[in-house]
Amino acid sequence: MIELKLPAMGAEMEEGKLLQWLVKPGDKVKRGDVVAVVDTTKAAVDVESWDEGIVHELRVPVGDTVPVGTVIATLLAPGESAPPPGAAPIAPAAAPVAPAPSRKAVSPAARARAKSLGVDVEGLSGTGPQGAVTVEDVERAAAAAKPADRASEMRRAIGAAMSRSKREIPHYYLAETIPMARAAEWLAAENARRSVADRLLMGVVQLKAVAVALARTPELNGFWRDGAFVASSAIHVGVAISIRGGGLVAPAIHDVDRKSLGDLMRELSDLVTRARAGSLRSSEMSDPTITVTNLGESGAEAVHGVIYPPQVAIVGFGRVSMRPWADEAGVLRAMPLVTATLAADHRVSDGMRGARFLTELRERLQQPEAL
Amino acid sequence: MNDADIRKEVVALIRSVAPEVEESDLASSLPLREQIDLDSMDWLKVILAVHEKLHVDIPEADYGKLRSLDDWVSYLCRRLA
Repeated sequence: MIELKLPAMGAEMEEGKLLQWLVKPGDKVKRGDVVAVVDTTKAAVDVESWDEGIVHELRVPVGDTVPVGTVIATLLAPGESAPPPGAAPIAPAAAPVAPAPSRKAVSPAARARAKSLGVDVEGLSGTGPQGAVTVEDVERAAAAAKPADRASEMRRAIGAAMSRSKREIPHYYLAETIPMARAAEWLAAENARRSVADRLLMGVVQLKAVAVALARTPELNGFWRDGAFVASSAIHVGVAISIRGGGLVAPAIHDVDRKSLGDLMRELSDLVTRARAGSLRSSEMSDPTITVTNLGESGAEAVHGVIYPPQVAIVGFGRVSMRPWADEAGVLRAMPLVTATLAADHRVSDGMRGARFLTELRERLQQPEAL
Repeated sequence: MNDADIRKEVVALIRSVAPEVEESDLASSLPLREQIDLDSMDWLKVILAVHEKLHVDIPEADYGKLRSLDDWVSYLCRRLA
Protein backbone atom coordinates (compact mmCIF):
# COMPACT_ATOMS: atom_id res chain seq x y z
CA MET A 1 0.00 0.00 0.00
CA ILE A 2 1.39 3.39 -0.99
CA GLU A 3 0.59 6.30 1.29
CA LEU A 4 0.08 9.67 -0.35
CA LYS A 5 0.94 12.39 2.16
CA LEU A 6 0.18 16.09 2.12
CA PRO A 7 3.50 17.62 0.98
CA ALA A 8 4.99 20.79 2.46
CA MET A 9 4.58 23.28 -0.35
CA GLY A 10 6.91 25.93 0.98
CA ALA A 11 8.86 26.20 4.20
CA GLU A 12 6.16 28.07 6.05
CA MET A 13 3.36 25.63 5.26
CA GLU A 14 2.15 23.69 8.28
CA GLU A 15 -1.28 22.61 7.13
CA GLY A 16 -3.53 22.61 4.11
CA LYS A 17 -7.25 22.53 3.45
CA LEU A 18 -8.52 19.95 0.99
CA LEU A 19 -10.59 21.81 -1.60
CA GLN A 20 -11.24 19.15 -4.18
CA TRP A 21 -10.47 15.54 -5.05
CA LEU A 22 -9.72 15.02 -8.73
CA VAL A 23 -9.55 11.21 -8.43
CA LYS A 24 -11.78 8.56 -6.92
CA PRO A 25 -11.12 5.03 -5.63
CA GLY A 26 -10.34 2.74 -8.55
CA ASP A 27 -8.73 5.46 -10.68
CA LYS A 28 -5.28 4.76 -12.12
CA VAL A 29 -2.69 7.44 -11.39
CA LYS A 30 0.87 7.83 -12.52
CA ARG A 31 3.71 9.89 -11.16
CA GLY A 32 3.00 13.60 -11.69
CA ASP A 33 -0.79 13.25 -12.02
CA VAL A 34 -2.75 15.88 -10.10
CA VAL A 35 -4.92 14.14 -7.52
CA ALA A 36 -6.26 16.94 -5.37
CA VAL A 37 -6.43 20.70 -4.92
CA VAL A 38 -5.25 21.98 -1.55
CA ASP A 39 -5.48 25.49 -0.17
CA THR A 40 -2.28 26.70 1.48
CA THR A 41 -2.01 30.13 3.02
CA LYS A 42 -0.55 31.35 -0.26
CA ALA A 43 -2.60 29.76 -2.99
CA ALA A 44 -4.70 26.84 -4.10
CA VAL A 45 -2.13 24.24 -5.18
CA ASP A 46 -2.53 21.12 -7.30
CA VAL A 47 -1.17 18.13 -5.35
CA GLU A 48 0.53 15.54 -7.52
CA SER A 49 1.05 11.85 -6.91
CA TRP A 50 4.69 10.79 -6.49
CA ASP A 51 3.90 7.18 -7.32
CA GLU A 52 2.08 5.04 -9.79
CA GLY A 53 -0.88 2.95 -8.70
CA ILE A 54 -4.61 2.63 -8.29
CA VAL A 55 -6.43 4.89 -5.86
CA HIS A 56 -7.60 2.79 -2.91
CA GLU A 57 -8.91 5.21 -0.30
CA LEU A 58 -9.41 8.95 -0.03
CA ARG A 59 -8.84 9.58 3.65
CA VAL A 60 -9.50 13.31 3.94
CA PRO A 61 -12.93 14.71 3.10
CA VAL A 62 -13.26 17.93 1.13
CA GLY A 63 -13.24 20.92 3.43
CA ASP A 64 -11.00 19.38 6.12
CA THR A 65 -7.76 21.06 7.17
CA VAL A 66 -4.93 18.63 7.93
CA PRO A 67 -1.25 19.02 8.94
CA VAL A 68 1.59 18.54 6.46
CA GLY A 69 2.59 14.85 6.36
CA THR A 70 -0.96 13.56 6.88
CA VAL A 71 -1.83 10.56 4.72
CA ILE A 72 -4.54 11.97 2.50
CA ALA A 73 -5.00 8.93 0.27
CA THR A 74 -3.69 5.43 -0.25
CA LEU A 75 -2.75 3.80 -3.54
CA LEU A 76 -2.41 0.16 -4.46
CA ALA A 77 0.95 -0.46 -6.13
CA PRO A 78 0.78 -2.06 -9.59
CA GLY A 79 -0.02 -5.73 -9.02
CA GLU A 80 -1.11 -5.21 -5.41
CA SER A 81 -4.61 -6.33 -4.52
CA ALA A 82 -6.92 -4.51 -2.13
CA PRO A 83 -6.77 -5.60 1.51
CA PRO A 84 -10.04 -6.59 3.22
CA PRO A 85 -12.06 -3.56 4.31
CA GLY A 86 -10.29 -1.96 7.24
CA ALA A 87 -11.15 0.53 9.91
CA ALA A 88 -10.02 3.59 7.98
CA PRO A 89 -13.00 5.66 6.92
CA ILE A 90 -13.40 6.39 3.26
CA ALA A 91 -14.13 10.00 2.57
CA PRO A 92 -16.85 10.63 0.04
CA ALA A 93 -15.37 11.41 -3.35
CA ALA A 94 -16.40 14.65 -4.94
CA ALA A 95 -18.31 12.92 -7.72
CA PRO A 96 -20.61 15.15 -9.70
CA VAL A 97 -24.28 14.42 -9.08
CA ALA A 98 -27.23 15.27 -11.28
CA PRO A 99 -28.77 18.47 -9.95
CA ALA A 100 -32.42 18.69 -9.04
CA PRO A 101 -34.19 20.51 -11.87
CA SER A 102 -35.22 23.56 -9.91
CA ARG A 103 -31.91 23.97 -8.10
CA LYS A 104 -28.80 25.68 -9.32
CA ALA A 105 -26.16 23.16 -10.50
CA VAL A 106 -23.46 23.17 -7.83
CA SER A 107 -20.90 20.42 -7.33
CA PRO A 108 -20.91 18.95 -3.79
CA ALA A 109 -17.32 20.08 -3.35
CA ALA A 110 -18.27 23.62 -4.37
CA ARG A 111 -21.25 23.61 -2.02
CA ALA A 112 -19.06 22.47 0.90
CA ARG A 113 -16.41 25.06 0.07
CA ALA A 114 -19.03 27.79 -0.28
CA LYS A 115 -20.39 26.91 3.16
CA SER A 116 -16.95 27.09 4.77
CA LEU A 117 -16.18 30.40 3.04
CA GLY A 118 -19.60 31.91 3.64
CA VAL A 119 -20.31 32.38 -0.08
CA ASP A 120 -23.88 32.29 -1.38
CA VAL A 121 -23.79 29.83 -4.30
CA GLU A 122 -27.21 30.89 -5.57
CA GLY A 123 -25.75 34.27 -6.50
CA LEU A 124 -22.88 32.81 -8.54
CA SER A 125 -22.67 32.07 -12.25
CA GLY A 126 -20.98 28.74 -12.91
CA THR A 127 -18.21 27.92 -15.38
CA GLY A 128 -18.46 24.10 -15.03
CA PRO A 129 -20.32 21.64 -17.28
CA GLN A 130 -23.87 22.90 -18.02
CA GLY A 131 -23.08 26.08 -16.12
CA ALA A 132 -22.44 24.24 -12.85
CA VAL A 133 -20.83 26.22 -10.05
CA THR A 134 -17.37 24.74 -9.38
CA VAL A 135 -14.97 25.03 -6.45
CA GLU A 136 -13.01 27.52 -8.58
CA ASP A 137 -16.09 29.72 -9.00
CA VAL A 138 -16.61 29.72 -5.24
CA GLU A 139 -12.93 30.46 -4.61
CA ARG A 140 -13.00 33.33 -7.07
CA ALA A 141 -16.07 34.83 -5.45
CA ALA A 142 -14.51 34.48 -2.00
CA ALA A 143 -11.21 35.98 -3.17
CA ALA A 144 -13.02 38.91 -4.77
CA ALA A 145 -14.98 39.52 -1.61
CA LYS A 146 -12.02 39.36 0.77
CA PRO A 147 -8.77 40.33 -0.96
CA ALA A 148 -7.38 41.83 2.22
CA ASP A 149 -7.65 38.54 4.10
CA ARG A 150 -5.71 36.60 1.49
CA ALA A 151 -3.03 39.30 1.42
CA SER A 152 -2.71 39.35 5.20
CA GLU A 153 -2.57 35.53 5.37
CA MET A 154 0.19 35.54 2.78
CA ARG A 155 2.04 38.27 4.64
CA ARG A 156 1.88 36.17 7.80
CA ALA A 157 3.18 33.10 5.94
CA ILE A 158 6.08 35.06 4.44
CA GLY A 159 6.85 36.49 7.87
CA ALA A 160 6.93 33.01 9.41
CA ALA A 161 9.26 31.58 6.74
CA MET A 162 11.61 34.56 6.76
CA SER A 163 11.72 34.67 10.58
CA ARG A 164 12.64 31.00 10.64
CA SER A 165 15.31 31.65 8.02
CA LYS A 166 16.86 34.55 9.92
CA ARG A 167 16.69 32.64 13.20
CA GLU A 168 18.18 29.38 11.95
CA ILE A 169 20.39 30.14 8.96
CA PRO A 170 23.73 31.93 9.45
CA HIS A 171 23.64 33.96 6.23
CA TYR A 172 26.69 35.43 4.59
CA TYR A 173 26.36 37.99 1.80
CA LEU A 174 28.44 38.75 -1.29
CA ALA A 175 27.94 41.11 -4.20
CA GLU A 176 29.49 41.44 -7.64
CA THR A 177 29.03 44.16 -10.26
CA ILE A 178 28.67 42.50 -13.65
CA PRO A 179 29.07 44.29 -17.02
CA MET A 180 26.01 43.54 -19.14
CA ALA A 181 26.93 45.15 -22.48
CA ARG A 182 27.57 41.84 -24.23
CA ALA A 183 24.45 40.20 -22.85
CA ALA A 184 22.33 43.26 -23.74
CA GLU A 185 23.69 43.45 -27.30
CA TRP A 186 23.26 39.74 -27.84
CA LEU A 187 19.71 39.84 -26.45
CA ALA A 188 18.71 42.82 -28.61
CA ALA A 189 19.95 41.02 -31.74
CA GLU A 190 18.31 37.77 -30.67
CA ASN A 191 14.97 39.46 -29.96
CA ALA A 192 15.08 41.37 -33.25
CA ARG A 193 14.95 38.05 -35.10
CA ARG A 194 12.36 36.47 -32.81
CA SER A 195 8.61 36.96 -33.18
CA VAL A 196 6.79 38.99 -30.51
CA ALA A 197 5.57 35.81 -28.82
CA ASP A 198 9.07 34.32 -28.60
CA ARG A 199 11.06 37.27 -27.30
CA LEU A 200 13.29 36.70 -24.28
CA LEU A 201 13.67 38.72 -21.12
CA MET A 202 17.07 39.47 -19.61
CA GLY A 203 15.76 37.75 -16.48
CA VAL A 204 15.71 34.44 -18.34
CA VAL A 205 19.30 34.88 -19.54
CA GLN A 206 20.31 35.57 -15.92
CA LEU A 207 18.34 32.56 -14.68
CA LYS A 208 20.11 30.19 -17.05
CA ALA A 209 23.50 31.72 -16.21
CA VAL A 210 22.86 31.03 -12.50
CA ALA A 211 21.98 27.38 -13.20
CA VAL A 212 25.02 26.84 -15.41
CA ALA A 213 27.35 28.57 -12.95
CA LEU A 214 26.08 26.35 -10.12
CA ALA A 215 27.70 23.30 -11.73
CA ARG A 216 31.04 24.40 -10.24
CA THR A 217 29.71 25.16 -6.75
CA PRO A 218 27.33 22.33 -5.89
CA GLU A 219 27.34 23.31 -2.20
CA LEU A 220 24.95 26.16 -3.02
CA ASN A 221 22.37 23.87 -4.60
CA GLY A 222 20.34 21.60 -2.31
CA PHE A 223 18.80 21.42 1.14
CA TRP A 224 19.73 21.61 4.81
CA ARG A 225 17.89 18.67 6.34
CA ASP A 226 18.19 17.05 9.79
CA GLY A 227 21.40 18.85 10.61
CA ALA A 228 23.24 18.12 7.37
CA PHE A 229 23.51 19.39 3.79
CA VAL A 230 22.02 17.26 1.06
CA ALA A 231 23.27 18.35 -2.37
CA SER A 232 20.89 18.11 -5.29
CA SER A 233 22.05 16.77 -8.63
CA ALA A 234 19.08 18.47 -10.33
CA ILE A 235 18.96 22.26 -10.52
CA HIS A 236 15.39 23.41 -9.82
CA VAL A 237 15.42 27.19 -9.54
CA GLY A 238 12.73 28.86 -7.44
CA VAL A 239 11.71 32.12 -9.08
CA ALA A 240 10.40 34.84 -6.78
CA ILE A 241 7.16 36.13 -8.34
CA SER A 242 5.32 39.08 -6.88
CA ILE A 243 1.57 38.75 -6.53
CA ARG A 244 -0.70 41.64 -7.54
CA GLY A 245 -2.01 43.28 -4.42
CA GLY A 246 0.97 42.16 -2.32
CA GLY A 247 2.99 39.11 -1.37
CA LEU A 248 5.16 36.70 -3.33
CA VAL A 249 5.65 33.05 -4.12
CA ALA A 250 8.79 31.29 -5.35
CA PRO A 251 7.81 28.19 -7.34
CA ALA A 252 10.45 26.18 -9.21
CA ILE A 253 11.34 25.86 -12.84
CA HIS A 254 12.79 22.37 -13.10
CA ASP A 255 16.18 21.42 -14.62
CA VAL A 256 17.01 24.99 -15.60
CA ASP A 257 20.59 24.08 -16.55
CA ARG A 258 19.34 21.69 -19.22
CA LYS A 259 16.69 23.84 -20.91
CA SER A 260 17.01 26.29 -23.80
CA LEU A 261 16.36 29.99 -23.21
CA GLY A 262 13.21 29.75 -25.33
CA ASP A 263 11.84 26.91 -23.21
CA LEU A 264 12.73 28.74 -20.00
CA MET A 265 10.96 31.88 -21.23
CA ARG A 266 7.78 29.92 -22.01
CA GLU A 267 7.91 28.17 -18.64
CA LEU A 268 8.53 31.40 -16.75
CA SER A 269 5.66 33.15 -18.52
CA ASP A 270 3.35 30.23 -17.72
CA LEU A 271 4.55 30.12 -14.11
CA VAL A 272 3.93 33.85 -13.58
CA THR A 273 0.42 33.52 -15.02
CA ARG A 274 -0.39 30.49 -12.87
CA ALA A 275 1.18 31.93 -9.72
CA ARG A 276 -1.04 34.99 -10.03
CA ALA A 277 -4.12 32.90 -10.83
CA GLY A 278 -3.37 30.66 -7.83
CA SER A 279 -2.90 27.39 -9.74
CA LEU A 280 0.58 26.12 -8.94
CA ARG A 281 1.56 22.45 -8.63
CA SER A 282 2.82 20.87 -5.42
CA SER A 283 6.15 19.84 -6.95
CA GLU A 284 6.78 23.43 -8.09
CA MET A 285 6.18 24.69 -4.57
CA SER A 286 8.12 22.03 -2.68
CA ASP A 287 11.29 21.33 -4.60
CA PRO A 288 13.28 24.44 -5.56
CA THR A 289 16.96 23.71 -4.83
CA ILE A 290 17.96 27.41 -4.91
CA THR A 291 16.05 30.67 -5.44
CA VAL A 292 16.64 33.61 -7.77
CA THR A 293 15.04 36.96 -7.03
CA ASN A 294 15.12 39.50 -9.82
CA LEU A 295 13.98 43.06 -9.30
CA GLY A 296 13.79 43.71 -13.04
CA GLU A 297 13.93 47.02 -14.83
CA SER A 298 12.05 49.13 -12.33
CA GLY A 299 13.65 47.73 -9.19
CA ALA A 300 16.44 48.89 -6.92
CA GLU A 301 20.13 48.60 -7.73
CA ALA A 302 20.71 45.54 -5.54
CA VAL A 303 18.75 43.03 -3.48
CA HIS A 304 20.15 41.07 -0.55
CA GLY A 305 17.86 38.05 -0.25
CA VAL A 306 16.72 35.98 2.69
CA ILE A 307 17.21 32.24 2.08
CA TYR A 308 14.06 30.10 1.82
CA PRO A 309 14.58 27.15 4.16
CA PRO A 310 15.44 24.32 3.62
CA GLN A 311 17.42 25.80 0.69
CA VAL A 312 20.92 27.08 1.35
CA ALA A 313 21.32 30.00 -1.07
CA ILE A 314 19.48 32.78 -2.85
CA VAL A 315 20.82 34.81 -5.78
CA GLY A 316 19.60 38.37 -6.36
CA PHE A 317 19.72 40.61 -9.41
CA GLY A 318 19.08 44.34 -9.21
CA ARG A 319 18.13 46.61 -12.08
CA VAL A 320 20.41 46.70 -15.12
CA SER A 321 21.41 50.36 -15.44
CA MET A 322 23.98 52.57 -17.11
CA ARG A 323 26.77 53.37 -14.66
CA PRO A 324 30.44 54.40 -14.84
CA TRP A 325 32.81 51.48 -15.47
CA ALA A 326 36.56 51.34 -15.91
CA ASP A 327 37.46 48.74 -18.57
CA GLU A 328 40.60 46.55 -18.68
CA ALA A 329 42.60 49.41 -20.23
CA GLY A 330 41.60 51.72 -17.39
CA VAL A 331 39.31 53.80 -19.57
CA LEU A 332 36.22 55.12 -17.84
CA ARG A 333 32.99 54.78 -19.78
CA ALA A 334 29.24 54.34 -19.36
CA MET A 335 28.26 50.67 -19.29
CA PRO A 336 25.08 48.72 -18.53
CA LEU A 337 25.81 47.03 -15.20
CA VAL A 338 23.95 44.74 -12.85
CA THR A 339 24.69 44.02 -9.21
CA ALA A 340 24.37 40.29 -8.56
CA THR A 341 24.27 39.18 -4.94
CA LEU A 342 24.51 35.89 -3.15
CA ALA A 343 23.16 35.10 0.29
CA ALA A 344 24.31 31.64 1.36
CA ASP A 345 24.22 29.36 4.39
CA HIS A 346 27.48 29.41 6.36
CA ARG A 347 26.78 25.93 7.73
CA VAL A 348 27.34 24.65 4.19
CA SER A 349 29.74 26.99 2.38
CA ASP A 350 32.17 29.85 2.90
CA GLY A 351 32.67 33.21 1.26
CA MET A 352 35.51 31.91 -0.90
CA ARG A 353 33.22 29.36 -2.55
CA GLY A 354 30.41 31.87 -2.81
CA ALA A 355 32.76 34.32 -4.52
CA ARG A 356 33.77 31.59 -6.95
CA PHE A 357 30.11 31.18 -7.88
CA LEU A 358 29.66 34.92 -8.52
CA THR A 359 32.85 34.99 -10.63
CA GLU A 360 31.57 32.07 -12.67
CA LEU A 361 28.20 33.81 -13.04
CA ARG A 362 29.92 36.96 -14.32
CA GLU A 363 31.88 34.93 -16.90
CA ARG A 364 28.78 33.08 -18.08
CA LEU A 365 27.02 36.40 -18.67
CA GLN A 366 29.91 37.49 -20.89
CA GLN A 367 29.14 34.58 -23.22
CA PRO A 368 25.36 34.79 -23.60
CA GLU A 369 25.41 32.92 -26.91
CA ALA A 370 26.61 29.80 -25.08
CA LEU A 371 23.66 29.79 -22.65
CA MET B 1 -9.84 53.38 -35.67
CA ASN B 2 -9.64 56.90 -34.32
CA ASP B 3 -7.58 58.06 -31.34
CA ALA B 4 -10.38 57.42 -28.86
CA ASP B 5 -10.90 53.85 -30.15
CA ILE B 6 -7.19 53.11 -29.93
CA ARG B 7 -6.98 54.52 -26.42
CA LYS B 8 -9.94 52.39 -25.33
CA GLU B 9 -8.38 49.28 -26.87
CA VAL B 10 -4.97 49.87 -25.27
CA VAL B 11 -6.53 50.39 -21.84
CA ALA B 12 -8.57 47.20 -22.27
CA LEU B 13 -5.42 45.25 -23.22
CA ILE B 14 -3.50 46.66 -20.24
CA ARG B 15 -6.39 45.67 -18.01
CA SER B 16 -6.25 42.13 -19.41
CA VAL B 17 -2.75 41.94 -17.89
CA ALA B 18 -3.34 44.15 -14.83
CA PRO B 19 -7.03 43.74 -13.98
CA GLU B 20 -6.87 46.05 -10.97
CA VAL B 21 -6.20 49.13 -13.16
CA GLU B 22 -9.05 51.64 -13.55
CA GLU B 23 -9.00 53.85 -16.61
CA SER B 24 -9.90 56.87 -14.50
CA ASP B 25 -6.68 56.34 -12.49
CA LEU B 26 -4.46 56.70 -15.56
CA ALA B 27 -3.00 60.08 -16.41
CA SER B 28 -2.53 60.06 -20.20
CA SER B 29 0.74 61.94 -20.31
CA LEU B 30 2.59 60.25 -17.43
CA PRO B 31 4.72 57.10 -17.82
CA LEU B 32 2.44 54.06 -17.44
CA ARG B 33 4.95 52.01 -15.53
CA GLU B 34 5.22 54.71 -12.88
CA GLN B 35 1.46 54.65 -12.42
CA ILE B 36 0.73 50.96 -12.47
CA ASP B 37 2.52 47.85 -11.35
CA LEU B 38 3.81 46.35 -14.62
CA ASP B 39 6.98 44.28 -14.46
CA SER B 40 9.00 43.21 -17.54
CA MET B 41 6.91 40.08 -17.98
CA ASP B 42 3.64 42.07 -17.75
CA TRP B 43 5.02 44.56 -20.26
CA LEU B 44 5.81 41.76 -22.70
CA LYS B 45 2.29 40.40 -22.25
CA VAL B 46 0.82 43.84 -23.12
CA ILE B 47 3.01 44.03 -26.25
CA LEU B 48 1.90 40.52 -27.21
CA ALA B 49 -1.78 41.35 -26.57
CA VAL B 50 -1.49 44.43 -28.83
CA HIS B 51 0.17 42.27 -31.48
CA GLU B 52 -2.60 39.68 -31.34
CA LYS B 53 -5.52 42.11 -31.18
CA LEU B 54 -4.39 44.93 -33.44
CA HIS B 55 -1.87 42.97 -35.55
CA VAL B 56 0.89 45.49 -34.93
CA ASP B 57 4.34 43.95 -34.51
CA ILE B 58 6.22 46.27 -32.17
CA PRO B 59 10.00 45.77 -32.42
CA GLU B 60 11.87 45.73 -29.13
CA ALA B 61 13.78 48.80 -30.26
CA ASP B 62 10.51 50.76 -30.09
CA TYR B 63 9.61 49.81 -26.49
CA GLY B 64 11.30 52.98 -25.28
CA LYS B 65 8.89 55.12 -27.33
CA LEU B 66 5.89 53.69 -25.50
CA ARG B 67 6.04 55.36 -22.11
CA SER B 68 2.67 57.03 -21.60
CA LEU B 69 -0.83 56.25 -22.80
CA ASP B 70 -0.52 59.23 -25.18
CA ASP B 71 2.67 57.67 -26.61
CA TRP B 72 0.82 54.40 -27.21
CA VAL B 73 -2.04 56.15 -28.99
CA SER B 74 0.16 58.22 -31.31
CA TYR B 75 2.46 55.24 -32.02
CA LEU B 76 -0.38 52.88 -32.87
CA CYS B 77 -2.21 55.58 -34.82
CA ARG B 78 0.88 55.91 -37.02
CA ARG B 79 1.41 52.17 -37.36
CA LEU B 80 -2.25 51.46 -38.15
CA ALA B 81 -2.50 54.26 -40.72
